[in-house]
Amino acid sequence: MLRYTLLRILGAIPTLLLVIALAFLMVHAAPGGPFSNERVLPEHVEEKIEKKYRLDEPLPKQFIRYVSGLVQGDLGPSYGYRDYDVDELIAETFPRSLRIGALAITLALLLGMAAGTVAALRQGSWLDKFVMGFSMTGLSIPVFVVAPVLVLLFAVKLHWLPAGWTSQTGISRYVLPVITLALPQIAYIARLTRASMIDVLGRDFVRTARAQGLGTATVVRVHALRPAMLPVLSYLGPAVAAVLTGSVVVEEIFGISGMGQLFVRGASNRDYTLVLGIVITYATLIIALNLIVDILYGIIDPRVRYR
Amino acid sequence: MKTLRILGLCLVFAGLYACGEADEPAGPPDTLQRGLPTDAETLDHHKARSLQAADVLRDLGEGLVGYSATGELIPAAAESWEVSDDGLRYTFHLRDGLRWSNGDPVVADHFVAGMRRLVDPETAAVYVDLLSGIENAAAISAGDIPVSMLGVEAPDDRTLVIRLAQPAPYFINLLSNPSTFPIHPPSIAEHGDRFARPGRLVSNGAYKLAAWVPGSLIALTRNEHYWNNAATAIDAVNYHVLVQDTAELNRYRAGELHITSTVPPDAFAQVRNQYGNELHVSPQLNIYYYGFNLTKPPFKDNLALRQALSMAVDREELVEDVVGRGEPPAYSWVPPGINNYDPPRLSFSSLSKNDREQRARHLYRQAGYSEDNPLRVQIRFNTNATHKKVAVAIQSMWLDVLGVEAELINEESQVWLANMREAEVTQVFRASWVGDYNDAHTFLSILQSGNGMNMPRYENEDYDELMELAAAQSDPKQRRLLLEEAERKMLSDHPVIPLYFYVSKHLVKPEIEGWGDNVLDYHYSQHLSFKAAGGD
Repeated sequence: MLRYTLLRILGAIPTLLLVIALAFLMVHAAPGGPFSNERVLPEHVEEKIEKKYRLDEPLPKQFIRYVSGLVQGDLGPSYGYRDYDVDELIAETFPRSLRIGALAITLALLLGMAAGTVAALRQGSWLDKFVMGFSMTGLSIPVFVVAPVLVLLFAVKLHWLPAGWTSQTGISRYVLPVITLALPQIAYIARLTRASMIDVLGRDFVRTARAQGLGTATVVRVHALRPAMLPVLSYLGPAVAAVLTGSVVVEEIFGISGMGQLFVRGASNRDYTLVLGIVITYATLIIALNLIVDILYGIIDPRVRYR
Repeated sequence: MKTLRILGLCLVFAGLYACGEADEPAGPPDTLQRGLPTDAETLDHHKARSLQAADVLRDLGEGLVGYSATGELIPAAAESWEVSDDGLRYTFHLRDGLRWSNGDPVVADHFVAGMRRLVDPETAAVYVDLLSGIENAAAISAGDIPVSMLGVEAPDDRTLVIRLAQPAPYFINLLSNPSTFPIHPPSIAEHGDRFARPGRLVSNGAYKLAAWVPGSLIALTRNEHYWNNAATAIDAVNYHVLVQDTAELNRYRAGELHITSTVPPDAFAQVRNQYGNELHVSPQLNIYYYGFNLTKPPFKDNLALRQALSMAVDREELVEDVVGRGEPPAYSWVPPGINNYDPPRLSFSSLSKNDREQRARHLYRQAGYSEDNPLRVQIRFNTNATHKKVAVAIQSMWLDVLGVEAELINEESQVWLANMREAEVTQVFRASWVGDYNDAHTFLSILQSGNGMNMPRYENEDYDELMELAAAQSDPKQRRLLLEEAERKMLSDHPVIPLYFYVSKHLVKPEIEGWGDNVLDYHYSQHLSFKAAGGD
């Protein structure tokens, strides 16, 4: 398995390089530049700034300089936040986004799997219909609608929770952003678990377990849950990606200083280095998580062999 | 069981992770909470360019002059000044006991250093042209002569002398702009370009920087060394970065903000009914206009067509039914309410709707178009709900009155900007201009030939000459007449369609005192206070 892991890590390097090259090309191909604005700069000032940030060099040269800096762990200065380097901005915002994302995924796994299992066991009952109805709703209402509605209800009307991230400190400010992010994932995981659980519950080994006189709880816990989890596990990779993209909207609505809102700002300001730095962070994260999921797969399903 | 254990571990891990976070400063209980529609790109006052950064910088720093809550120019770091008879020499007397937030004295040399840094080509400052009226400034910023030749000097610690190349009656107004604030040379010596960060930034205004969480929060606290500290009522100010206007409104509704930066267009009517006196709407020095690309057909050399299109727009209907937040319709380029100026109006402003449309149709035919041969034209605007509504309204007005077939193209803002600047594919474009200071010059100068902000590429020798004559004029009355004449000339050429003037829109909690509406939309935190508890 160690050999497999190492090979996978090596294999990730060209993928990452490709991502960097594509992202680099795309940000530079977009019209405008980091220093263009409705207040047009005098030409000599624009030239001066471009020279200072070496934006006047030919693109291939800029790319090589960027990658060689990257190898030494230098993501460059931010063009949009002129008092900061990109690595400082990522170090400031990434942990916050990660924390909210991790909480959302954990919540989604716990609630989604519990709801899906219950629905599968009571297939066709009102409980099943409720869970499925809820998950359909959860999936079809976009984050940018859910968030303001939750804020209106819990912050503006009931005053139970803060409407914004910077208004309070402590755990209460996590509640609304995390629920907003988790909601569609809870819904999706519940549907996945239900379908897979129904399938597993109909298998021969479950019938055998029941024939031996085991109760439903034991059958589910000891025998059915593990195989039923496999589709959920493979969904984790896409789920993380969905939470990351969802965080862009959630962070803007709640005013969270996370990497998502920084990404949006970077893209609209043509802050090349910031956008590239965040793309690299996202890409590394997704590659790493996919690897972890594949390894976990083998732990949960002993039939999987690594080569 | 193993799987459950893994899940349990995940949960514990996530829980711990969330709780282990270091808290951001929330400030004392009576902190002023303000909304900021986008984060400051920098708090280095020479490199900042957004209006939002300037709002924060006016709390942090102080120039020679400032503004009162209601927008009157008042002495700030300078307690008094004299202007020579020819209007070329300004002598400022600094207050006694001016101090930086670290206790160092503020001396006239720091103002000299600040202005030199502004015009120094090495700084590449955004507002480098702001002080181009100072002797030698233009040559210095072009890199021709050293910065030490700038016409600003400090004969002693409390006297500052500024020499201008040409008289500019509005010059004194410029000295409230954050770009003209002094610098603290030891900070720059120690931290170089990165001096404007929490823990490093030394400021000379009523507040100092306590924290800055990028994209989220800028926190200020009282500067005890400020000369007028006794008059500062509020101890701490938090600027919450809220890109989405609805999110900002919800925070205000939840009681988490005292002042909003705007009001969402869709919620405006509801907000007006619900909040009444808390809503402050006030005219601004800011015009919303449509420009013609004058370098290409169909608008190049086609005055009749430009005038017809301008006349076919019902501005009253536009501001009342489409924009609807109390904006005044624009019949001039310079907004009303600007100092020492009476904007001339478009020739058709007094016509009845019927006459105006009749004349527009006549001009349209004269320009060579008709029902069988209609003008097909593209309107470009940056993606935004209000811009879209305006474009749809104008499209329909042009169609109804003239039969023009307009195509609407919305573009991401950098694409729109690039197209507008290149003037290759654009025909009609949406744009706006915010005045930098309270003088007609800030609006009229951008339409001079060769100005970078001259988006329609308007070129008229008479106009340029009138502007130059006005610039050389030291008599305010003569200067005003020349500027008005220049605007009249420009309006008759119809390089742009003035549509309306912006209004500022803020929600201000009733417990805030000292708020004043003003055309510049400057609201210094130091002028505000909380109503005393128990009072009525």
